[in-house]
Amino acid sequence: MDDRRPDVRDAERDLDTLRDLLAASPTTQDALLPLLHQVQRQCGHVSKVAVRLIASAFNLSRAEVHGVVTFYHDFHEEPTAETVVQLCMAEACQAVGCRALAEHVRTSLGIGFHERTADGRLQLEPAYCFGNCAAGPAVRVGDRIHGRVTPARFDAVVGALGEVAIP
Amino acid sequence: MTTRIFVPGDTTAWSVGADDVAAALASEIATRGLDATVVRTGSRGLCWLEPLVEIETSAGRIGFGPMSVADVAGLFTDGRAPTGDHPRSVGLVEAIPFLRNQTRVTFARAGVIDPLSVTAYRAHGGGVALARAVTMTPQAIVDDVNGAGLRGRGGAAFPAGIKWQTVLHAPGSRKHIVCNADEGDSGTFGDRLLLESDPFQLLEGMAIAGLAVGAEQGVIYLRSEYPRTAAILGEAIGIARRSGMLGTNLLGSGRAFDLTLFLGAGAYICGEETALLESLEGKRGMVRPKPPLPAVAGLHGEPTVVNNVLTLAAVTSILAEGADVYAGHGVDRSRGTMPFQLAGNVARGGVVEVPFGMSLRTIVEDFGGGTQSGRPIKAIQVGGPLGAYLPSSQWDTPLCYEAFAAVGAMLGHGGIVVFDETVDMGEQAEFAMAFCAWESCGKCTPCRIGSTRGVEVIQRLRRGEAPARQLAILHDLCETLEFGSLCALGGLTPLPVRSVLTHFPDDLHAPVEELAP
Repeated sequence: MDDRRPDVRDAERDLDTLRDLLAASPTTQDALLPLLHQVQRQCGHVSKVAVRLIASAFNLSRAEVHGVVTFYHDFHEEPTAETVVQLCMAEACQAVGCRALAEHVRTSLGIGFHERTADGRLQLEPAYCFGNCAAGPAVRVGDRIHGRVTPARFDAVVGALGEVAIP
Repeated sequence: MTTRIFVPGDTTAWSVGADDVAAALASEIATRGLDATVVRTGSRGLCWLEPLVEIETSAGRIGFGPMSVADVAGLFTDGRAPTGDHPRSVGLVEAIPFLRNQTRVTFARAGVIDPLSVTAYRAHGGGVALARAVTMTPQAIVDDVNGAGLRGRGGAAFPAGIKWQTVLHAPGSRKHIVCNADEGDSGTFGDRLLLESDPFQLLEGMAIAGLAVGAEQGVIYLRSEYPRTAAILGEAIGIARRSGMLGTNLLGSGRAFDLTLFLGAGAYICGEETALLESLEGKRGMVRPKPPLPAVAGLHGEPTVVNNVLTLAAVTSILAEGADVYAGHGVDRSRGTMPFQLAGNVARGGVVEVPFGMSLRTIVEDFGGGTQSGRPIKAIQVGGPLGAYLPSSQWDTPLCYEAFAAVGAMLGHGGIVVFDETVDMGEQAEFAMAFCAWESCGKCTPCRIGSTRGVEVIQRLRRGEAPARQLAILHDLCETLEFGSLCALGGLTPLPVRSVLTHFPDDLHAPVEELAP
């Protein structure tokens, strides 16, 4: 197993991806968010190197690009785990037990928000509303949204992801 | 004749297994050699029944729900289409009181048609408004919207006609239509449901807005938390272009309007119109001071209409049915229908489109059937995270802008979230401040700092530390947020907090004798 840090391991591949994305993207500022979405999706984060290259291509300062990356919850400067699990923690889901669900995740996976499982493969993040408010609690795994998520259903959903380590 | 079996494909139905149910149905049809076909629709917004399978019969569509994959085989045990006697049957869908007692205007087609079929859209009255608009003068369109009394459905309730008039009169060779589909309020999902169930209605409404103010380009700012919506809407835009609803030659009129889809990036504040414009320009979603109004200097400094999804969609009904018909619904200065979204701990959650003026109690008790848990309702939050928590004494308040403002609450985007008696209102008050702190854009001090101080003060209150002193600070802080913030995030966060202070003080702190008013 390659046990180097993910950002080191993938840095070269990310650089190629980034160059391809930059070559295909317009470089006016209104193209920045769409590009950052693609970088985040394909590289798992928007690295400092990415910020530097994007700033240069867009003729913006690194501070401006860094400001945008850190402003939006969707973009992460550090690599995210391969699977990001988002729990909706907004009011409609609170009314049907999302806080208890978060507690269940804490005990069953041993992680709280913004943390990862021991094997680094699954990361838990809070989210504020998937618009599934009449079928909560809602959970998003990658691009899949699950509704009426009881603790048992959560375990089934996470179990179906494969060999996620449960410490 | 081939029997059509309808399965919703919106986020809610999908999140509870509708795609699997649709696949199981298709395989059952093939295995049994039935003369039937599966049609994917949007959703009618009867969320508690999802996945709600509907089977076409000569009497109408019979519903079965909530369906699971395991239920599918049982539907066809005798080799024929099931009838209303089936244990999962909910009878004729249109006779379900939840749906029958609504006045569906904007949501008339939702769940009925395949959202990506232009033929079905037109067969159910779609496209009439745009066909009319291309023959009208811009001023005549604006007059219709004004005459209907349409107010912005996004929350601020600003008269749409006045906004359009401003943009129409604003000098500038390039103008924009921006659709705010950054539906961030918890408990609201009307925009999503419409976009997934009847996306052409929004596109038609935006094209009409373009004709009305002289804008040839538009953008839909959709939140990234809605992946399925993005997929459906993206497809709908392509189809609309091919069918002449968008493009350089609208319905052969020679007039142009086209639009693009833009994904947000998880910032609640971008639902605020000026932050949204900053975001569209590729910047941090920082709120702009007003004036200048976006109508005068909006996207790229050019005149811009920024309207919510449901506002733009309602325009199609106004032009198709007539401004008078639309204005004929509602009370006071709240005209037309409002799609309320019933959510949280409620037995029957979903979309309830009714004219303004019905009481909150009617919606929650008659439509909603009380709580899902069966426990008594303790509080109802209306209008999203910036809306007040209403105690039982206020549930007879009519749902209209004026009556809600009068009791220190607001309708916002029409989200109604029900909480049962197990809710700790102190925790809810703390969350209101914490949410403001988490989502504050940071531009103005009251919101940026005040929300964090608010969390701390409420935490101290909940721990019972010098309650009288904390209360004085909290009241003061709420006033600073209300009057000193640049936008509604900081300005309205006091609403839920004060509603807890006023109506649920026991959950927040021990009795305070010397409490200052």
